[in-house]
Amino acid sequence: MNNKLQKQLLKRSKASKLERFGKTISFLALMLITVTVFAIIIFVASKGLSTFFSNHVNVIDFLTGKDWNPNVTNSKGQPEVGALPMISGSFVVTILSALLATPFAIGTAIFMNEISPHRGAKILQPVIELLVGIPSVVYGFIGLTVVVPAIRSVFGGSGFGILAGTFVLFVMILPTVTSMSVDALRSVPRYYREAALALGATQWQTIYKVVLRAATPGMLTAIVFGMARAFGEALAVQMVIGNAALLPTSLVSPASTLTSVLTTGIGNTVMGSLQNNALWSLALVLLIMSLIFNLVIRLIGRKGAMSK
Amino acid sequence: MNSKISNRIAIATLYVIASTIVVILAALLGYIIISGLPAISWHFLTSPARAFTSGGGIGIQLFNSFYLLILTMIISFPIALGAGIYLNEYAKQNWVTSLVRTSIEILSSLPSVVVGLFGFLIFVVQFGFGFSILSGAFALTFFNLPLLTRSIEEALAAVPDEQREGGLALGLSKWETVLHIIVPAALPTILTGVILSAGRIFGEAAALIFTAGQSAPALNFTDWNPFNISSPLNPMRPAETLAVHIWKINSEGIMPDAKAISSGSSAVLVISVLGFNLLARFVGHRLFKRLTAG
Amino acid sequence: MLINPSSPHSDDGWLDRNIVDPSLKSERPIVLETKQLHVYYGDNEAIHEGDLKFPEHRISALIGPSGSGKSTYLRSLNRMNDGIAQVTGEILYRGVDVNRPEIDVYEMRRRIGMVFQRPNPFSKSIYDNITFALKRRGITDKKKLDEIVETSLKQAAIWDEVKDKLKKSALALSGGQQQRLCIARALAVKPDILLLDEPASALDPVSTSKLEETLLKLKEDYTIIIVTHNMQQAARISDYTAFFNMGRALEYDETSRIFTSPKVQLTNNYVAGDFG
Repeated sequence: MNNKLQKQLLKRSKASKLERFGKTISFLALMLITVTVFAIIIFVASKGLSTFFSNHVNVIDFLTGKDWNPNVTNSKGQPEVGALPMISGSFVVTILSALLATPFAIGTAIFMNEISPHRGAKILQPVIELLVGIPSVVYGFIGLTVVVPAIRSVFGGSGFGILAGTFVLFVMILPTVTSMSVDALRSVPRYYREAALALGATQWQTIYKVVLRAATPGMLTAIVFGMARAFGEALAVQMVIGNAALLPTSLVSPASTLTSVLTTGIGNTVMGSLQNNALWSLALVLLIMSLIFNLVIRLIGRKGAMSK
Repeated sequence: MNSKISNRIAIATLYVIASTIVVILAALLGYIIISGLPAISWHFLTSPARAFTSGGGIGIQLFNSFYLLILTMIISFPIALGAGIYLNEYAKQNWVTSLVRTSIEILSSLPSVVVGLFGFLIFVVQFGFGFSILSGAFALTFFNLPLLTRSIEEALAAVPDEQREGGLALGLSKWETVLHIIVPAALPTILTGVILSAGRIFGEAAALIFTAGQSAPALNFTDWNPFNISSPLNPMRPAETLAVHIWKINSEGIMPDAKAISSGSSAVLVISVLGFNLLARFVGHRLFKRLTAG
Repeated sequence: MLINPSSPHSDDGWLDRNIVDPSLKSERPIVLETKQLHVYYGDNEAIHEGDLKFPEHRISALIGPSGSGKSTYLRSLNRMNDGIAQVTGEILYRGVDVNRPEIDVYEMRRRIGMVFQRPNPFSKSIYDNITFALKRRGITDKKKLDEIVETSLKQAAIWDEVKDKLKKSALALSGGQQQRLCIARALAVKPDILLLDEPASALDPVSTSKLEETLLKLKEDYTIIIVTHNMQQAARISDYTAFFNMGRALEYDETSRIFTSPKVQLTNNYVAGDFG
């Protein structure tokens, strides 16, 4: 046996040390992100739960109570922290804006992918990329100066409210939902269309009966993704919804969402007070909803993968 | 109904829908630019804001936006690069990797206001950084990391494996190969991703109102010592950005020309973001050419 | 006793296997040797057995139909399959088993270099392609680097074509030039053995014959093992040839014997062009 060579080959080289160093450091960077996510969940949860554990507010009362007025104690001697107005406000604007955006998004996606791919690539693609890039405060500002006055002149009242919020969110989530729907359509194999057309189906029958069916899981993911964005959007909504912590009774009267109350409230309360903790509980609801949206997207993805 | 007629109706409807989208964007952009441009002047872009009287500018906010952007990138890029490298080059398919991927997905879908509140809790309150550029930069880092990590990972994955083998066959470690061959080869794509995420950071406000703060104290643009409180470079001063400024004056602004200032600021913001988009395309294209040309 | 005792004659005169030990007939020392080498991809066994010995300063060719395992075998020799496949058995490099976890794989690969099927120059200048690994190993003396660049490019027979554009991007070279640059890059770190994995498969005939000339010259200083799907190429340049089929080295002998009087029927069929 060649002893000198053996020795040289057994010695740890510089490359080997660098490899260990690099692998460790890049792993640490990755772990930093993961730990942050867990830290966010743990911190928000512990702050948000203190309303129930330190201030002994009943969870059911919190979720179903209709009066939000943390400075006031009610007849039972408990502070009025009913989050139902904000929770329902968030859900209503999210669902309405998704309902409004879905036909537009899917229609545009079909147009871009099936009807006129050339114009889709040349005009609509850049248009959608531009829309994605517009910051949410700009949407809020336009909502404030265009949408709210328009609603005011048509329906009367202040113009602030669910309807204004819905419009702003509709335009905000439209590009995201559209571009994800385009991806879903694109993943439908070409021969599906060719087979249907060859059987004598019209273009619309092909799209409606074959392509859309095959792309349904991807489209659903796009819509849920848009809803998650709408649910979590803060400033644009806060600027146009009117910020009245009341159960929404009409689409054009001032209302509020979880995010709008958070943005206006957290700076005006003292850390650790009940008023402050109650706001963190709203943030916890927001966080949980975001996790649920995530889960739904995963479930759709898994089901879509199975049916293929 | 006749299938040919329904076909025609359906396709006509699709045309209407697609044109509506184009009209909406044209109207949006047109409105922002037309209502904003008259407000934009050199004075507007460079002078400080006024709280109660008209004639204020957005100079400090604009500077803050850029400073915060640069600081955020300095903090988040190395982390995203490391994470992207590990995910693409080292990670095996096991439960740890899928847990990590899930948590990155969760972070990317968290509402930015929640990220901002977490930043407020940790950096502003616990670490005692107060409302400061540094707190804001950390909050924006969390906001930025998932997308940046993913775009770096994708950029690295697009570099052919032959390049990695070339490095390894010379007796180099995978780390050296990745750092000195794969990353440079992926640089055009990585930079495009960085610039696109810069546009997102530049327009973000919800994560900043409780971290970087909502006030813009006067700055002394002749003092570049980062330890002085009025120095523009001081990372511990509160710093309202342009996006936050738009929100702030529309929520509680009392200056008489709040609307004109918002219009002008919105136009500046949108033009900057468009600029980032164009720059991303341009840089990606140019660098790619330079790397492959003789 | 050149014949592997485990390979009896079959009835019609053909052998099942015929693996020759070159050390018995040439005075050349054996540089690389595999014993009981098995390669698995998961549960799939890609190489069942490959016991070959490669003599110093000779060109050995590995031939066989696609999927026969010749490339997998070659890539196992400098452990390029680490992390991709499981390799068991011994790989003796000048008597030292390098298929052990405690061996420094980077130092080993510096001595056992490799050139790949598709030319893979880095997106750097020609000069930087050659010096990159050297600089990483701590050689920074400009004069010394210049010297190594010149010698390796000359050895790879590409110096005259590129000496005026060393600072230009390597990606601007033609495929054949890129491949010879990759050889020069491998030579720059002063390896002992050069493994080539179908290095001419992406090249035109002129570039191929240039590459072959280069290899014949390099043989004076290096031990070369080359995988090729081109039998004429093996016949032209190699001293020894191994025929692989279905994950097994069936026959290994002097190249002239493989092509004129193979002892295994499958080898005969293959070199006669019956399958492949």
